[in-house]
Amino acid sequence: MERTTVDLWVGIFVVGGMAALVMLAMKVGNLSTYNVSETYEIHAYFSNIGGLKPKASIKSAGVLVGRVTEISLDTERYEAKVKMSLDKRYQFPKDTFANILTSGLLGEQYIGLIPGGDEAMIKDGEQIRKTQSAVVLEDLIGKFIYNKAEE
Amino acid sequence: MPVKNAIQGIGRRIINAVWRIGLATRFFFLAVVYSGTSFRRFHLIIKELFSSGVMSLIIILVAGMFVGMVLGLQGYETLKRYGSESALGSLVALSLVRELGPVLAALLFASRAGSAMTAEIGLMKATEQISAMEMMAVNPIARIVAPRFWAGVISMPLLAALFSAMGIFGGYFVGVVQIGVDEGSFWSQMQSAVDFREDILNGVLKSFVFGTAVTVIALFEGYDAPPTAEGVSGATTRTVVTSSLAILMLDFILTAMMFGGK
Repeated sequence: MERTTVDLWVGIFVVGGMAALVMLAMKVGNLSTYNVSETYEIHAYFSNIGGLKPKASIKSAGVLVGRVTEISLDTERYEAKVKMSLDKRYQFPKDTFANILTSGLLGEQYIGLIPGGDEAMIKDGEQIRKTQSAVVLEDLIGKFIYNKAEE
Repeated sequence: MPVKNAIQGIGRRIINAVWRIGLATRFFFLAVVYSGTSFRRFHLIIKELFSSGVMSLIIILVAGMFVGMVLGLQGYETLKRYGSESALGSLVALSLVRELGPVLAALLFASRAGSAMTAEIGLMKATEQISAMEMMAVNPIARIVAPRFWAGVISMPLLAALFSAMGIFGGYFVGVVQIGVDEGSFWSQMQSAVDFREDILNGVLKSFVFGTAVTVIALFEGYDAPPTAEGVSGATTRTVVTSSLAILMLDFILTAMMFGGK
């Protein structure tokens, strides 16, 4: 095969295109921060999840420790069942508190974990018992108006 | 009977259009069937990659840069009102990776490379080169059409990725370097918002579909062009119009399939 300048240009084009794809995947997308480490699954029940969505982040002390994997309605308790996968490096005590929080005023919702003092740790497949639901703005306004009316 | 004539005219046009769609479908399958030969003679594809991919590089890179810069500027102006300038990175990246990258790159590709393909093949037909090939028992679909088809299909995703990457740099340049949005939040918000499979791979898939559509339309119009100067010019115009419309329509369908209802 003889080499031509056309081959060189096509090579530059293909390599450049691939580099752009890799750059998109690594620098723009979340492939580099993807959870490649081992995870474990836990779940929790919330009476109201507000605007929580699958893939929402789970943070403890502001550090990302996992992601929400699945949200469904448990028809026995009529509460939202939220499955989460947490990084194996981070273990939490059994009496950990799970809150649904909002980042900023208009930001997206995430789950905040506040560890308790129990010696035993939550294992794979277990449940967080202490939860606090999302703050729904309409409820707050409703309560406020109700209180005002009582005065 | 002007009414009857008008109705007949409409009917003739519709029948003609459906006929051509059928022909184009057969042409597409022929190109796929005969592509085995062109993969064995890969230098043909390389040559076409040069003329359709490499030659479109400049316009794609420059256009991507400017689109990203405009996105950065406009996005900043809008986000500033809500005090969330830090979301500029995710705005620029998501709109480029999901929509603007594949669509605009395909539109530019259709007018830069698609029109050239149509004109080239149409002129080959007008100067009876294609008939000459048939006389020599060379299959023109395998020799001319299939390499161009694969070159278009291969180069389109690469061009779209380059477009998006350049656009993000353009947005970075305007947003971070010139206006002074915080660099850390620009990149980190972008990374947390853009999902590799959901956004980037879907964008690549989109550009594959667009590349296939544009090259098939361009090649078919060229192959089907009346062998006259007028015919070739008409076919070139039709290539740009039809493939642009096809891109936008397919984009709606693909977007609805990929991101709709979530």
